[in-house]
Amino acid sequence: MTIATLEPVPIAVPTELARGRGGGGPAPKRIVVAYGFWIFILSDIIMFSGLFAAYAVLSRNTAGGPTGAELFNLRNVFIETMCLLFSSYTCGLGALSAERRQSGRFLVFAVLTFVLGAAFLYIEASEFAGMVAKGAGPSRSGFLSAFFTLVGTHGVHVTGGLIWLIYLVAQVIIKGLRAAVLRRLLCWSLFWHALDIVWVGVFTLVYLMGDFH
Amino acid sequence: MDSHRHGLGDRTPGVEDYEPTASYLSYTAGLGLAILATIVSFVVSQTNLLWTPGIPVGLVVLAFAQIGVHLVFFLHLGSAPDNTNNILALAFGVLIVFLVITGSIWIIANLNANMMEMSAPMGR
Repeated sequence: MTIATLEPVPIAVPTELARGRGGGGPAPKRIVVAYGFWIFILSDIIMFSGLFAAYAVLSRNTAGGPTGAELFNLRNVFIETMCLLFSSYTCGLGALSAERRQSGRFLVFAVLTFVLGAAFLYIEASEFAGMVAKGAGPSRSGFLSAFFTLVGTHGVHVTGGLIWLIYLVAQVIIKGLRAAVLRRLLCWSLFWHALDIVWVGVFTLVYLMGDFH
Repeated sequence: MDSHRHGLGDRTPGVEDYEPTASYLSYTAGLGLAILATIVSFVVSQTNLLWTPGIPVGLVVLAFAQIGVHLVFFLHLGSAPDNTNNILALAFGVLIVFLVITGSIWIIANLNANMMEMSAPMGR
């Protein structure tokens, strides 16, 4: 990284001796794994950007069917948002406890994260079921196809994240907080925080702008 | 595990390496700011606090602010040199997201504007 060699270095060690910058050997595995997973998350967000674009383009195409303002219940959306935000918070605190090898605290935070994520999914699933029961399913209009695709893809990601969390908790219990398990936990927490970032886009573009229009 | 001890090398997103005592504080501050941004977004969209045509712009600004809060306080992305790789990757991702979304909206708006009148049940 040529940029880094121009920066002042706090310690009296030549920058080219830093690991991952040439002379110091390869970067530690943890850095490499997390960077690779970060690239995956960014590509996942680019996939979401396609769904956001489709929704933005189709959101007025209701084909005479119900509009967002008629379908959305903003009180539920606010509760969903808070569930996901607090689960992101407990996920961060759990990751911190894991870094400090406090497996008891980690398990408490993992359970809290799981419960909040599951509450989010429950509200979303009942919202979807209510819309389908009202005849506002994904085949009703272009707007609803785009809505179910975008929000549903996010929901599928949350479901996948919860299943992944169960798997990781089992690993922590059986294998303990060893380096490989910590790397997996790091990837999972990046994934979970990224889902919350995508949800900020969803509640702003879909629900708040949909109800305001 | 060892590189962050002496402050050289790269840093991973999602990890607060240097100030272990400040980390809980960082997450809690991020939570507070994110809750604030969320509440303001919901209030702005439901009231006449903002000039009505400006509400979408206000909502977009609040969403970007909240995403920034998440990146800094939850993912610990900063401007330090050890974060350069992560930030460069993020910048590239943001560029692509921007191109996909604004490009689609722009093209389809043009297409709609140039569309011939259709019979009422088909159009829009």
